[in-house]
Order: sequence, then C-alpha cells, then structure tokens
Amino acid sequence: MAEAIKKPEELGRVQFQPSRKGWMDPHVDFRRGTWNYAAVAETLRYLDQPNPRKWSPVDDDWKLPEGWEKIILEGLRDRLKHYRSLQIFIDTCVRCGACADKCHFFIGSGDPKNMPVLRAELLRSVYRNDFTTAGKILGKIAGGRKLTVDVLKEWFYYFYQCTECRRCSVFCPYGIDTAEVTMMARELMNLVGLSIEWINTPLSNCYRTGNHLGVQPHGFKDSIDFAVDELEELTGVRVDAPINKKGTEILFVAPSADYFASPHYYTLLGYLLLFHEIGLDYTWSTYASEGGNFGLFHSAEMMKRLNSKIYMEAKRLGVKWILGGECGHMWRVMHQYMDTMNGPADFLEVPRSPVTGTRFDHAASTKMVHITEFTADLIHHNKLKLDPSRNDHWRVTFHDSCNPARAMGWIEEPRHIIRAVCNHFREMPENTIKEQTFCCGSGSGIGTDENMEVRLRGGLPRANAVKFVHENYGVNLLLCICAIDKATLPPLLEYWVPGVEVGGVHEMVGNALILKGENERATDLRGQPYEPEQVEAEETEKTHA
Amino acid sequence: MTILISFVTIVMLILLVMAGVGVGGWRVLFGTVIPYAAIATFLLGFIYRVTLWARSPVPFRIPTTCGQQKSLDWIKPSRLDNPHTGLGVVGRMALEVLFFRSLFRNTRSEVREGPRLVYSADKWLWAAGLAFHWSFLIIFLRHFKYFAEPIPAWLLTIEHLDGFFQVGLPVVLATDLIIVAALTFLFLRRVVDPRLRYISLVADHFALFLLLGVALSGVYMRYFAKTDITRVKELATGLLSFQPVVPDGIGLVFFVHLFLVSVLLAYFPFSKLMHMAGIFLSPCRNMANNNRARRHINPWNYPVKVHTYEEYEDEFRDVMKAAELPVEKD
Repeated sequence: MAEAIKKPEELGRVQFQPSRKGWMDPHVDFRRGTWNYAAVAETLRYLDQPNPRKWSPVDDDWKLPEGWEKIILEGLRDRLKHYRSLQIFIDTCVRCGACADKCHFFIGSGDPKNMPVLRAELLRSVYRNDFTTAGKILGKIAGGRKLTVDVLKEWFYYFYQCTECRRCSVFCPYGIDTAEVTMMARELMNLVGLSIEWINTPLSNCYRTGNHLGVQPHGFKDSIDFAVDELEELTGVRVDAPINKKGTEILFVAPSADYFASPHYYTLLGYLLLFHEIGLDYTWSTYASEGGNFGLFHSAEMMKRLNSKIYMEAKRLGVKWILGGECGHMWRVMHQYMDTMNGPADFLEVPRSPVTGTRFDHAASTKMVHITEFTADLIHHNKLKLDPSRNDHWRVTFHDSCNPARAMGWIEEPRHIIRAVCNHFREMPENTIKEQTFCCGSGSGIGTDENMEVRLRGGLPRANAVKFVHENYGVNLLLCICAIDKATLPPLLEYWVPGVEVGGVHEMVGNALILKGENERATDLRGQPYEPEQVEAEETEKTHA
Repeated sequence: MTILISFVTIVMLILLVMAGVGVGGWRVLFGTVIPYAAIATFLLGFIYRVTLWARSPVPFRIPTTCGQQKSLDWIKPSRLDNPHTGLGVVGRMALEVLFFRSLFRNTRSEVREGPRLVYSADKWLWAAGLAFHWSFLIIFLRHFKYFAEPIPAWLLTIEHLDGFFQVGLPVVLATDLIIVAALTFLFLRRVVDPRLRYISLVADHFALFLLLGVALSGVYMRYFAKTDITRVKELATGLLSFQPVVPDGIGLVFFVHLFLVSVLLAYFPFSKLMHMAGIFLSPCRNMANNNRARRHINPWNYPVKVHTYEEYEDEFRDVMKAAELPVEKD
C-alpha cells in the first residue's frame, strides 16, 4: 500500500477536476487506494443480509440480483414515505454551492462529485428520473438519470467517500444533511448486497461477541486485567474494575478500541484511575462491550439491532444509569437514536453523580451520560486533586469530533477538562473547530487501509490545521474524544504533520490525577519517563501563560 | 447548454405571449384565464407538495447542532444555534428564514502550495441571496396597491421608503435596482465559478431567467413604457373579485409581465423554489436538541431481530466460567 501513496507535496496539489462530459455522465475509476473491499459473504449471511456472494468493486460484473433496479427504486419509494428528511433534502436543494468546499473530501481531492451537492445529486437524479413528472418526460434536461449499473457503481464509490460528518449541513441554508442522504443511499445499496467489509465484519462481530473487534468475554477480561496490572506498576495503586457485576449503580460502556488499541488504551487507563479515585460503584459488561455502533454506517435497522444490547444489559444488571466513554459516532447513536429505537428506559433512574450530587437532567429520558460531562462536573466541583504539570511534556490542541460537535454540541465540556489537566492548550483556527470542525477523513466505517489515499485526502483539512498549531505553538499532541479519531488520526498526522501524537482527554486526566496513596509517577500513562528537560522546554514557550 | 435551453425557453415564452396578445388578440386568455389557472396551480400544487412532505413522518430527532448544548448548569448553552426548547427553535428558524444565518457562515477554502489551506469569509452569496429575497418580498407587497382601494397606509410607507433616494421620475425604487442586480449576480456566479457552472442544471438557470424576466418587464413598464395604471388596476381588482375584465389600452409589455408571473406561479410548486416551504420542515433545523431529556417517538418503530444475552451466554458460557466471569445459568 505504502508505495502507491504519493508524497505529501504531490498529494496536496489539488485541482478541481470536472469531467468534460458533465457530471450526469456516470463514470468511476476504481483506482487503487480509493475504494473499500466488498463485504465478505459469510458476514452478510450471519446478519441475514441479501445477496451474499464473492465480488469485488473492480470486477465488471457485480453479481447483482435479478431485478435489482426495481429493488432499489422500491426501497427509495419506501424510504421517502418513512423519512421526511430524505424527501425534504431531495426536493429543496437549490444547488447554491455553499456546501461545495465545506467537505473535506472535496477540499482534499478536487473531485467535483465529492461536493456534497453533487454527492446528493447522484441520488437525486435517479429520483427525478423515476419519481417526478418532469423527469419522466424530459429526462436529462430535467436533471434525471436512469438507474444503471454505472450509476450504481458511482453510488458505491462516492457514498463510501462520505464520512457522514454533517459539516455541509452546518453551512446549508436549509440544513440539508448529506449524512442523511448517504445513510439512505447505503441502505439502498445494502438491499442488493453492496456493502463493505470494514463495516460488515465489525457488525457481525459485534452482533455475536458484543463488540466490533470480536473480543470474546475472556479476552475482554484479560484486557481489563492487564490494564489493572499495568496501572499498579505505573502508580502503585491497584484499582478495581468489576465486570458483569449485578446491582452496581452504573453501567460503563466504552468503544471497544479503548481496551484493544493504541493510543485508545491510555484513555482506558485514565477511566480506570478516575473511577477508582472517586470510588465509583460501576461495572463493565462483556455483552455490551461496545459503545460504538457501525450500524449507523449501515442501516437504521442494523443500528437498532446492535444498540438493543445497551438497555437490555442495563436492565439485566440492574444498574441505575449508564455512563459512556469517549467516542464520536457512538454518541450520535446514544444521543439521537437509542431512546427512540430501544427506549423507553423507564427501568433506569435519572443519572445523578454520586460524588457531586449533580442531577443530569439533560439526560433525564435516555439515562446515559457522557464521561466528559461527568468529569467536567467533578472538576467544576473541585472533587479531583489534579497536577496538570504532569502533562507539561504535551502541548495539546483539541479536535472536536464530528458527531459530538454537530449532533450534540459538546464544545465546552471537554475543554473544561483539558484546561484543568493541561497547562499548555492551544486551539486550532476557529473555522476548523467546534461546529466547523473537520473530520478525520476516516469516519463512518471507511477507516481501513485499502482506501488510504482517500483517507489522506479527506484528512488534509484537519491535518493542516494541526500543522498550523504545531508549527506556530509547538503543539505535539492532538486530543480527541472519539475512538475512530484515535485509530485513524495517527497515520494521518504521521503523513501530513509528523511529530504530533494523538491522545484522549481522559488519558490527560489519568496523568494529572493525584491518587490517594500513589507512588511518585516516574512516567506518564504511556510509560514515557518524566525528564528534567521538560522545564527547559517550558521556558521557550511563554505564549501559553 | 443548460443556459441556452433555459434562455431559449424564456424567449419562447415571451414570444408566445407577444404573438398571442399582439397578433392573435387573445387578451382574455392571457389576461384572465392563464392567471387564474396559474394561481390555482400554485395554490393546489403548493398544498399538495407540503401535504406530501408532511405525510412522511420524522422518525428520529436529528438537529444539526451549531454550538454548545444545554447540559451542566454552569456551562452557557448556545440557545439559538443549538436550541433545546421550542422557543429556541423558533429563534433559530427566524434567523435562518429572515437573515440566512447558515449562509452567513460561508467561507471559501483554497489549497495552496505546500499544501497549505487558506480560508476566507465569503459573504457574497449571503448578501446577494438576502438582497434578492428581501427585494422580492417588498416588491410583492408593493403590488397590493393594484388590488386595494384606497391604498392602505402601510403600503404607501413601504413605497415611500423604497423610493427614499428620490431620483428620477417616476421615482426609482431601490428594490427594483437591487433585485435586478442581485439576480444578475446570482446568474453570473453560476457562469463564472467553475464549480457552480458544473453543478448548475437547466432548472437553476430557468428559475433565474424567469425571475429576471418578471423583474425586467416590470421595470420596463414602470420607467420606460409608461403603462396606464388605472386600467391595470381595473384588471387586477377584477381578477380579485372574480369579475374579470380586460380593459383596452393596456400595453403588450404588461401581458408579458403578467404571463411570466403566471409561469412562475405555476412552475413554483414543482420546482426547487419550494425551498420556501421546505426550510420550515427541515428536521436538521426545526427540531430542538433535547434528545436525551425527552424521548422522541418514531411512529413506525418496529421490533428487530436482536442477539439476546441468553444466546450470548449460551455460546460463551464455558469460557466465561473459565475466566471467572459471573453467569446466569451454571
């Protein structure tokens, strides 16, 4: 893979590349590095999905089922009846172009069909052709396109080059959300067996083992036990991390990468230290061992199927409320979908912090609170003893993850924590953070290796803003509260802006948190020794005072 | 090509009415029948479209949040850009509809050598869009003077303010200039900007040409081909009171104007111009971000196949017991 990727200076030379024949002429070049592997037949079968078979996007024949056009058009008709969003987003776009250069994929590739407006037009044109009178009579003049194999290939290519980040929706005068359009298009493609491996394998894993990575219960316990041992070595304190324990106050659910991938793992260490220090009565679950939900990237039905286990497990374990870890898309599901899909959670209580007594009324119905809300409240009430100087070797910036920023609006909570646990915090430029934040370029299930060029291009705007603070303020750590970010930003930054690491907010909390009875920390949670040179470096960096 | 098709269509429409009235003498057709049909099409079509939209439910509450959520007491929420109450939503929608809040955010991005990304504020689309829509609204309101006798005071005030600069005779109305300028700008950006040129469809140019046709024919009537207002008013009040008359002595250009307006009305419900109603129904803008506080009901929520804990434990019971994890059944 690596040898196929161009140098940054070259890849960064982006040109607008309109096709001479106009966009209505369907054409896709399945070039290496730009597309995702097809879903494996076995995973489709396990999830009762249609048309399981062996195929590849580069094949001429995609082995579509008999009458596939009808299946898709009927599916579209059905969704138009069930989703006002789709109907409105199809009908009201005026093609003003405000969204065009808001998409990270367009900025990084110059491919016109990555402009949100055209991405949606790929679907809209088929709608016009088959669902509107003008389209039926005038065809192409009315902007209609017949659904052909080439059009379908274009859908597959471009709807898996959208990370459902919703940035375009912020700028659209009608709030048209390409994420919604992409979700619908992916649902339609699923109907004829067009899905990708990087989504379907985690889905079938999660359905079976409770998490995307397919970690079985004993493996889960090993991971947690390992972390507990390691924390004892680092701090001298042995924390308790109960699993599948009934009758605790809180069920804690984190994305599975937190206990199986790096640098997520350091965030896990942070959670464990924090919960120990405040004496939280909580449990992990092996059955609900995944907060993330790749169903969001597949279909509403799959999202609901996977999400069901959260409330079911909370009920089985008899907890009072649910606390969730650092994750982006997980939280879109928890915030905007879970209660509607699998609620009401009337067997739970309105979340209340056992330490500060704060009642989280904004989660009164869903009964699930995000860990940054929980920790920000602790810090606000001075319930934690913190030594931010233990993060002085980091000059940090914060990457707002798409979903927390644009589907919920957690802007201040993570920042409040960061300011309390880090002495050196710098924001990236205003139009690249908060609700205008740029995606990592690998969300919505496309964060894999075979499409690395697309990911690097899509991640360019984010990386470039990091580069700005790296060069100007010496930022060397990008903090985020999203598991996909933590997995996909490191290779992105290594490519575009070497010298900047990626970490989680609760990793910083774990470093700064002064535990009762702890040994003096010789290293941070990453095992990097604290060295005296740090002080010197500090002096050159006055701007942060 | 898209431009040419749209332009030729408009020219043909104009020639049609000129031939129809000027040569054919079909004044009743163009003066009453077509306007009535157009208004009926507009009303019925508009209602049909909105009903169609409203019939589709909103299964999930999916607002796009553009600011701080309402969470902890001591964190100031962004009440308009991330509303959590109905009132906040009304505020957000008002900002959106009256001042184009989202377009105001517009930036322009550019990838320079390096690569280095540069963003700059770009308010042109916002300004031109706002100028066009507000002018259109004011001009639309001004036209009530042709239907009302006596002319109400608020109408005179609007016209007075519109003619604030007191230039020319008849006084040049600012909105007349602004609407033509704004539409021209909106058209030119579709031609000059390569991205816009690429995405523009026939429908995009057609709408602009049609609106320009309406505006220019109106301007021509007011400032150049002095039209007999008394007779126009007779026709207008006749239409309104369902006693249509087509008085003599109304110039051809009036019929062109009236016909283009009729085309606009009839075309409206079947076109992108329906964004006027669509904005109010957009779930990303018209919903409060109180998702976790209040449960949203999906009317078609249906049971799905799930993997229960029992099934899970059945598969993994042995390894769970070996790892000393608690199980339900031994």
